[in-house]
Amino acid sequence: MKQTEKGLHPREKSGRVMSENAIWTENLTRYYGRVRGIDGLNLKVEPGEFFGFIGPNGAGKSTTIRTLLGLIAPSAGRGQVLGMDIVRDRKAILARVGYLPSETAFYHGMRVREILKLSADIRGKNCDAEAGRLCERLQLDRERKVEDLSFGNRRKVGIVCALQYEPELLILDEPTGGLDPLMQHAFFSILRERNQRGTTIFLSSHVLSEIRRYCGRAAFIREGRIIACDAVENLARAGARRVTFSGSLKREALPEARDWKETEDTVSFLYNGEMNRLIRTLAGADIRELTVAEPDLEEIVLHFYGKSGEDR
Amino acid sequence: MILVRHEMRRAWKALMIWTLAIGAFMAITLFMYPEMKGQMDSVSALFSSMGAFSSAFGLDTLDFGTLRGYYGIECGNTLGIGGALFAALLGIGMLAGEESSGTAEFLLTHPLNRHEVVTSKLAAMLMQLLILNVSVLIMAFLSIMAIGEAVPWKEVILLHTAYFLLQTELACICLGLSAFLRKGGVGVGLGIGLAMIMYILNILANLSGRAEFLKYLTPFGYADGSEIFSRGAMDTGRLLTGLAMTCMGTVLAYWKYCRKDIL
Repeated sequence: MKQTEKGLHPREKSGRVMSENAIWTENLTRYYGRVRGIDGLNLKVEPGEFFGFIGPNGAGKSTTIRTLLGLIAPSAGRGQVLGMDIVRDRKAILARVGYLPSETAFYHGMRVREILKLSADIRGKNCDAEAGRLCERLQLDRERKVEDLSFGNRRKVGIVCALQYEPELLILDEPTGGLDPLMQHAFFSILRERNQRGTTIFLSSHVLSEIRRYCGRAAFIREGRIIACDAVENLARAGARRVTFSGSLKREALPEARDWKETEDTVSFLYNGEMNRLIRTLAGADIRELTVAEPDLEEIVLHFYGKSGEDR
Repeated sequence: MILVRHEMRRAWKALMIWTLAIGAFMAITLFMYPEMKGQMDSVSALFSSMGAFSSAFGLDTLDFGTLRGYYGIECGNTLGIGGALFAALLGIGMLAGEESSGTAEFLLTHPLNRHEVVTSKLAAMLMQLLILNVSVLIMAFLSIMAIGEAVPWKEVILLHTAYFLLQTELACICLGLSAFLRKGGVGVGLGIGLAMIMYILNILANLSGRAEFLKYLTPFGYADGSEIFSRGAMDTGRLLTGLAMTCMGTVLAYWKYCRKDIL
């Protein structure tokens, strides 16, 4: 997929104008006793975006989502989803949002078909046709009992529940855990179609490649705060690589290298410069082994944005 | 309504087992009555003169040799204890069960207000108690007729109504407590413990005149077979205290659950 098509604002896609933000928070804070969940979180997601929310475990991703959905109350600050207040308008928000939790649990003894119907009935909608289409694409047998399903298949039930009634905003918390690569592909194809039809997608993940491939913008959360928020190609510093080799090379030979780590026989660094220059430099050195790998986004954000990075 | 239907669908198996178990136990007890009736004269005198034991279980006020006395004590205890346990477990699992099984997140990310969830749970709970009690009452009538005895309609209906109110009280108190819990497992112990403590409080109150105030604390105080059968009415003061406790449990459930963080 071309970068230019990713996560466009709906005005650019369909000419539709939406005034309010899909998600907006101001100093949103949640402490669990003394333990920090999120602290002064400022976030803005526009309607129609395919927005990535990245961060390591415990950074506050799920706390943010659960606060937005009214499962937990904020300790301070405020937030809006689709222009509505997250504390006051909980029910109205939930009527327009599809949510996939990071851990999906369903009622014991129920069949997939019954779960999907229950979810649709509570929403007062008949989603049979769409549920059928989604189950077919995700290869989910609706007659199975949920407790007999594998982790990945239970995930699919959650996905269909969230998508079947075609919500305006999809909030997905680590959606691809347990899905095999083929299913991940099918899932993201569905998301991309929905996004092209104007659905805002808020994708929480720690998988960099997912964010890179599908999201237009992304925010990086660390220790309960947003440390970077930008277009994904800027955030990811697209060419950055983690270079690790056994051999000898002086640091001065590559001044643009970051996070230079030397052990007894290996050297490792992040490189975001010209690839030819790297190859020429390495060719001149005495290299016995070499790996060039995609760093994880946390490394990039930490070393190119710095710990105290501001929202960008 | 959708949620109530959903709750009832999930609950019907357990409800059927409890109903049949309590009903069958009462029927068996009743079927033993004709056999025992002939030998009751001496037993009755013995039972009513065992001092503290007799007062504890109301044997001094009811004549064990008549169907009314036998029903008030034996069958009352079966429905009293069985029903109390069922009600306590039902109430304590209602809200906490969703959280320990992880389904609270599923439910509460649908467009529902928290108070709607509590109302549905409360309705499903009362409906289950009603189904259990009406079924057991019918089984009791049929069993009494089957053994060829005249049915003491008024007293039996009054006693069963008292037990229904007792179960409602326990269930509502447990529902209130359930709103504070996150783990269903803790609740099971708490529910059973509460039901048993309430039962024991009534026995203590029966044993000593000084502990009679305990009858106001426990729903077994107004649902006491021996008193209802001998006086033909529930004690109004204790009943009103019980209804107040029922309301408090319910209000507590709404108050807490509408503020609760679902972690």
